[in-house]
Amino acid sequence: MKSWARYLTPLLVFVAALATWEWRVHALGISPLVLATPSEIWTAFFEHWDVLGPALLFTVRITAAAFVLATVAGVGLAVLFSQSRLIEYALYPFAVVLQVTPVVAIAPLLLIWIGYDNVGEVLVVLAWIISFFTVLSNTITGLRSADHNLIDLMKLYGASRLQVLWRLQLPGALPYILTGMKISGGLALIGAVTAEFVAGSGTDLGLGWVITLANRNLDTAQEFAALALLSILGIAILFAMTALEWALLHRWHESAVKKEG
Amino acid sequence: MTAMAETPLLSLSNIAKTFDSGTRAIGRLDLDVAEGEFVSLVGPSGCGKSTALRIVAGLLKPDAGTVTFPSGKPEMSFVFQEPTLMPWARALANARLPLDLKHMNRAEADDRAARALARVGLAGFETAFPRELSGGMKMRVSIARAIAAEPKLLLMDEPFAALDELTRQALNDDLLKLKEEDALTVLFVTHSVYESTYLSSRVVVMTPRPGRVAADLAMTPPAPRDENYRLTPEFAHAAARVSAALKQAMAA
Repeated sequence: MKSWARYLTPLLVFVAALATWEWRVHALGISPLVLATPSEIWTAFFEHWDVLGPALLFTVRITAAAFVLATVAGVGLAVLFSQSRLIEYALYPFAVVLQVTPVVAIAPLLLIWIGYDNVGEVLVVLAWIISFFTVLSNTITGLRSADHNLIDLMKLYGASRLQVLWRLQLPGALPYILTGMKISGGLALIGAVTAEFVAGSGTDLGLGWVITLANRNLDTAQEFAALALLSILGIAILFAMTALEWALLHRWHESAVKKEG
Repeated sequence: MTAMAETPLLSLSNIAKTFDSGTRAIGRLDLDVAEGEFVSLVGPSGCGKSTALRIVAGLLKPDAGTVTFPSGKPEMSFVFQEPTLMPWARALANARLPLDLKHMNRAEADDRAARALARVGLAGFETAFPRELSGGMKMRVSIARAIAAEPKLLLMDEPFAALDELTRQALNDDLLKLKEEDALTVLFVTHSVYESTYLSSRVVVMTPRPGRVAADLAMTPPAPRDENYRLTPEFAHAAARVSAALKQAMAA
């Protein structure tokens, strides 16, 4: 297939879908309270940019903070576990409990503990809990996948545990860590928005809160505009992670090596 | 053999090893290796040859018996059947690994690793990643890494088993050259009668599990050995001796 077809096809389908949407809403006379048209959403973008712009920035900040914390905590804990089985036995169950508990359920508690004045921090904690486990579990798998003969060889040459970790286990785990981070980036965004649904308030305005308000005001066009921004943000995160993965792996890892011939 | 009279470099005495699974890999293995020898361990699959090699390297503890190095523990290198390279590291960095682990300064380590690569015929491939190299070239990097550590004792576990015949023969000759130049002592595990005959100064034939020494055959290959040796009646005769000893060991 020609390479332009790869990009042009989905674009054409997208434009056609928007056109059909616009046309059907008008043709069927659907109320704008129920479903806004693409052109109305487009207008809403500019009309409400004074709200949407800062909200986008806010959500980006929460997502980024949660994502960085998730990566640091996930990789850090996995490294700790790889060095001591005892620590793993002691702490891993807590990580699992954090993972399996529907995070929205602890939002009210976190609000009490961290405070209604610090809603931003509550949102970061919630988004972090949602997004860190995938980094942890992928990194654990990666660290365990190190070539045992290479570990033996390093021991024969007198390597310390730290040297084995730094020179062999961590670089070997990199593809796994990046996979974890890729999923985690998306989850951090989902976490940041859902956290706002349950813990958001007027003091901190993110896209989740904008959606909540627009919905209450029956401003469907603005709601869709916020949704579109979330989509674009999610896609941007995915692209950024894919680019990072390619940059770090394409020289040596099969998953990122361009097929030849 | 005058080797027997010398203090051995390595002495295995009464070694036994049973794995947790209950498999008795080695039962009462005695083996002395003198400095400068090229000793091949030959035997059927699963006769404990590789286990013995790992015990010598200190990677496995025997259940019974002792491993001694009468004149002090020598610097050792290990070459596996797989090249066992770090895929994210270029050939030079792979060959440099033992030196890096010893915290040698980078310039000197680079220099030594580059020389090791050149000696195995990989000059010019320093910046190649393993995935860009053929199976034989990867094994050459693995050997370069082994000699970069400047070992006295080289332990090799079926290093050429996965390679095609021509590559294998070329690597056999390169290995003999390296052994002479660096005055290495080599303990070599293989299941190839011809390879062991060609390479060794001594072929030790092992029994099926639990492995013991079934026959200890001194080889008297010409020096230097080359392609033509493979075609001589002497080679055929020596290979027949190893083959016969192996058959006998299997039957026992």
